[in-house]
Amino acid sequence: MSEPTTITTLASYRNETPYPFCPGCGHHAILDHLSDGLMALKLDPRQVVIVSDIGCSGLSDQYFDTSAFHGLHGRSITYATGVKLARPDLKVIVIMGDGGTGIGGAHLLSAARRNIGLTVLVFNNFNFGMTGGQHSTTTPPGAITSTTPGGSMERPLDICATVAANGAGYVWRGTNFDKDLSERIAEAVRAECFALLDIWELCTAYYVPKNKASRKTLTTIMNDLQMQSGLLHRAEHPEYAAAYHAAAAPMRGTPLPVPWPIEPRFAATLERPFQLIVAGSAGGKVLSSARLVGEAALLSGLWAAQRDDYPITVKSGHSVAELVLSPRAIDYTGIDQPDAMVLLSRDGVAKVGRQLAAMQPDGHVFAVPEVADVQTRARVHLIEPARAPLKLGAGRLSLFCVARALKILGILPMGALEAAAQLHPSERTGEILETIRIGAA
Amino acid sequence: MREFTDGSAAIVRGALEAGCTFFAGYPITPASPILMQMLRELPKVGGVAIQAEDEIASIGMCIGATLAGARAMTASSGPGLSLYSENIGLAIIGEVPLVIVDVQRLGPATGGATTVGQGDVQFARWGTAGGYPVIVLAPSSVSECHAITRRAFDLAERFRCPVLILADKELNLTTNTVDIAGYEAPPVRARGVLPAGEAPYRYLPAGDVAPIGQFGGDALIRFTGSTHDERAFITKAPDKVAAMNEHLRAKIEDHAEEIELVVADLDAGATTLFISYGVTAGSMREAVRTLRAGGQRVSALTILSLWPLPERALRAAFEGVTHIVVAELNHGQYRREIERLARSAAVSGIHRVDGELIAPGQFEAAFASVEATA
Repeated sequence: MSEPTTITTLASYRNETPYPFCPGCGHHAILDHLSDGLMALKLDPRQVVIVSDIGCSGLSDQYFDTSAFHGLHGRSITYATGVKLARPDLKVIVIMGDGGTGIGGAHLLSAARRNIGLTVLVFNNFNFGMTGGQHSTTTPPGAITSTTPGGSMERPLDICATVAANGAGYVWRGTNFDKDLSERIAEAVRAECFALLDIWELCTAYYVPKNKASRKTLTTIMNDLQMQSGLLHRAEHPEYAAAYHAAAAPMRGTPLPVPWPIEPRFAATLERPFQLIVAGSAGGKVLSSARLVGEAALLSGLWAAQRDDYPITVKSGHSVAELVLSPRAIDYTGIDQPDAMVLLSRDGVAKVGRQLAAMQPDGHVFAVPEVADVQTRARVHLIEPARAPLKLGAGRLSLFCVARALKILGILPMGALEAAAQLHPSERTGEILETIRIGAA
Repeated sequence: MREFTDGSAAIVRGALEAGCTFFAGYPITPASPILMQMLRELPKVGGVAIQAEDEIASIGMCIGATLAGARAMTASSGPGLSLYSENIGLAIIGEVPLVIVDVQRLGPATGGATTVGQGDVQFARWGTAGGYPVIVLAPSSVSECHAITRRAFDLAERFRCPVLILADKELNLTTNTVDIAGYEAPPVRARGVLPAGEAPYRYLPAGDVAPIGQFGGDALIRFTGSTHDERAFITKAPDKVAAMNEHLRAKIEDHAEEIELVVADLDAGATTLFISYGVTAGSMREAVRTLRAGGQRVSALTILSLWPLPERALRAAFEGVTHIVVAELNHGQYRREIERLARSAAVSGIHRVDGELIAPGQFEAAFASVEATA
């Protein structure tokens, strides 16, 4: 990323194009204050990005000699967040209307919670000036707009209280008439935090004529709603973009993931694809047992595919792994007619009923006593974990049965299953190896 | 040497190799593994990954970060793609290189959370207002998930546009065996540099793409989602607006042959052609092997670049063919494109919307039925 080579501050951050706003609209004054504020900060304009929302205020960025981003309605904060995360050194100023605080409410809240370093100027004129004067989140009670012909019945959003309560670092409320607005904007940018200025103003096209509003009205509404003006909140939470990069710095240069080869060390004699289903219950380590089978297949020079299925409530209900083992690449990972099934619980059996019904007489079903009454054309082998030389907890049952099934089926060398268990050494490895050995015994 | 892995990991590795430095996403099965892996990996390259408040913010952050110099990706599934919609339009008009992964699941709405589907094929192409083209790629194996992701980043830079990757639940969440030597690494071009003072957009000749500007560099850069001139100032001047929109169309549609990517497994003596894409193309490959082993003659075309329509490759594959069978996990979304192009062949479909894969046996049955009528 190239940095600017020389710093040039401008006499004004405004370009020569005149504003397009209606006579008496507050936007004129706010933008003049923004230009003055940027001048006071002596910022290189190339380091400033103005991100505007939709609405009359969304036109604003075009009148500034800075970089600019004009996006979709309500989403200005999301673009600004992306800019700031990618380039924390830039000064990012968001211009949005009161409308944006409604449609983009989730973004406003989230940006405040992150305390990400954006300066948000809310051009708050209580209605949608661009689209015909409809009501917004901030329309005062009883106010007439084109969509509240009988007077607004919604409680106006207290933008300042909301962001202040949720992590913002700097919160100010005032009007476009406030003489110190440019100083407050400069102060907010300098604060390098989520800074929001709720700037009340008059929409002379719609709000003023419909509500006989004037400069004095702004103060009256503030008093009626008990929404204070001035600097309302300051907090010293960590700024998100800087905090992210600081936290990430020690990870820099850590190796990225690369393919993780499994070298064949055993020989298997499988001549056609073999479909195996392991069906049990959550918490039974069904999926990890199946994964060992898949890895054992690779260790035996075969190809394997494993599809797991479990309900969204991961700690309850069925847990089913469908494995295809094959002497060649597996392009189709579905299982329509299993060659073998390991059935560990009623939950598991209920899930695989269709595939169980499709099994042929030369198929093999390995069932624990709980599900030994299963109806199938396949040959049923009863596995009795209770007769194992040691007591098996729920976490070892599936691997014990899988090992027993593989031993009987003879499709993989048992040594490959043990080797698979040692591919990812952990404190459980000893127990896993023991389970495989007693299962295969 | 082989590894035991899945499409999610392959996409993440492809993105990292391609120079991805920014990821924002929102949790959704079956795309969440990409989010979680990018969160773990991107800090290692000085990049940023974040779980955003929703999918709208995810893509919005990606667009903002790209203007600040990042190479960005987001990933979701059908419900999230729906929320991306308006910002896809913004990325189109603002000419933002961006990679969007849609790990498809069965829809509509929450649908078969989480079973496999390929119902987003037309939505991916037409998923934003205005009807302007995007590029849509579809891997048909775990290994292709990696290569296609690299390709997506390259095309995003080449054409300054969103590139969608249509993956699916089966490719991304099912662990499969991959021959490591078979991973392809298509080249990924570096980002162009906009010379200081040059306009960030270029409309003439139509389809010519200017390098994207970058905030915080030597020059001021503007960006807008409104119709704009080359310097990104809003304009409604009809000649300028027409030039901009024609450029947005031409830069993709007039370069379809450059984007085109298919695997053509054609038998000159076959009169039946299978066409498929994504995970269903895997079943097609199995079926073709079985049919040929049984002495049958059949051709197969796997479409890796769904949009713009790879017309040249399709027409070449149609040569000498009397029957075309299009297989997909929807009611026939891509079949309608084939029907439109294949005037001299009978087109039928294999379709499935029950959350299960199309089995190789369904191709074999379709082949038998076609040959019986021939």
